[in-house]
Amino acid sequence: MRAWLRQHRHALAAALRRLSRAAAVLSALVIGVALSLPVGSYALLEGLRGVTDRLAPEPQISLFLPHEAKRADADLLAARLRADPRISTVRFVSREQALEELQQVEGIAEVVGAIGRNPLPDTLVVSAQAERIPALAAELGKLPGVARVQADAAWAQRLAALEGIGQVGVTLLATLLGVALVAVTFNTIRLQILTQRDEIEVCKLIGATDAFIRRPFYYFGLLQGLLGGAVALAIVAGALSLLNREVQPLAESYGSAFAFAGPRAGDALAVVMTAGVLGWLGAQLSVSRHLRNIEPV
Amino acid sequence: MVSFSGVAKRYPGGKEALRDVSFSVAGGEIVFVTGRSGAGKSTLLKLIPAIERPSAGTVLVSGQNIGALRRPAIPYLRRNLGLVFQDQKLLYDRTVFDNVMLPLSFSAHLPKEAARRARAALDKVGLLEREKANPIQLSGGEQQRLAIARAVVNRPSVLVADEPTANLDAESAARVLDIFVAFNQVGVTVLIATHDAALVERYGERVIHLAQGRVA
Repeated sequence: MRAWLRQHRHALAAALRRLSRAAAVLSALVIGVALSLPVGSYALLEGLRGVTDRLAPEPQISLFLPHEAKRADADLLAARLRADPRISTVRFVSREQALEELQQVEGIAEVVGAIGRNPLPDTLVVSAQAERIPALAAELGKLPGVARVQADAAWAQRLAALEGIGQVGVTLLATLLGVALVAVTFNTIRLQILTQRDEIEVCKLIGATDAFIRRPFYYFGLLQGLLGGAVALAIVAGALSLLNREVQPLAESYGSAFAFAGPRAGDALAVVMTAGVLGWLGAQLSVSRHLRNIEPV
Repeated sequence: MVSFSGVAKRYPGGKEALRDVSFSVAGGEIVFVTGRSGAGKSTLLKLIPAIERPSAGTVLVSGQNIGALRRPAIPYLRRNLGLVFQDQKLLYDRTVFDNVMLPLSFSAHLPKEAARRARAALDKVGLLEREKANPIQLSGGEQQRLAIARAVVNRPSVLVADEPTANLDAESAARVLDIFVAFNQVGVTVLIATHDAALVERYGERVIHLAQGRVA
């Protein structure tokens, strides 16, 4: 057990020595720059999602009741809607409340005053999941005691669709650059094997196992990946703080404290770990491809 | 300790390096393998650490059949052998001491014990005071002695040396051979290939002479 640990420490030390060379540092930098694209895009997307969530908390359907409807009719209908499992909330807005809200909008108060009476109906505001809204709206429109239905789902759906496109883009970018990470590691290790050909050959001749020879390369791939992941996070953090310097005054002018947040700790850890695993994978592929070519067996 | 029976080796392309070679070397024996260049000396020695595999016949080393040895078993076979190559195969990116430490890094030695063993091996070949030097700074004879130190540091039961004196002057060559003889005297089985028949005669030890791939 202790001998096994010593062998791993030996391999790790060898990997660290190789990693401290300029070429390896540059490779880690390349990996970092490549990974910063999907990581940064993801951070931007998450930031924007925060904004859109606040703008459209949950899509709603407004059920306008007939003018002659009484409060009791509304309560009855509301109770019936609450029993529907597809509907998450039901809120009653009386015509008086609605008028009050409307009068707060600048310039409208005079218009309403000119009309002289309250033109607004009582309303039941129903919220549900976005994808259920169109069907639900059509169905609720047919209920007795509902004068008119208005679903404000369309723009929420468009926003969700845009978000979906963004997510597909980030996933695609992450996949492509993950493959690039594997390729970069593959090539770095191929070059290392070439330059250490003599050492590998001598080690094989005097009784080193394959595992002994491969181990430092695996560690190298893993460490280079981890380092690349850390570089990516640093780049994203730096870029976002630059961006926020411009975004914050803009957000303040809208009365918002919005700023792009960097990746959360869990996400950051996932980025670094994934980069490490991909680096290890590249090392694995490269080593099994190139070590066999070195004689003797 | 080492036995060949009916061994043939054909290389791809049809070149036949060894034909029907049979001999056996007992534990503690020292044997010179002689013959002209191309007689098959190197091939014969390469069969012992499984660098090459026999095309026909059986090679036994410490009871292990080289032809049937599985790949993962090869490193453990080689740790029991001390190999000295004509071109030494030293690593020039590290010190003399680290070259000798290399075989110990594969096996389960405590660092302190490994360092002690490495110094003992360097002492035996007379290079202890050069341990911090780079092998490139050593003379040809010193480099060959360093190669021997690396070969014996694992205390192998068999030493196999391919033309260890090839590029050395007479004095250095004699010193190198004396080291092999000294190891033999403490019980190590030694096989040395050389084309220098005159040098071999001086020792009066057993000789296996190869001519055109056969034992002559």
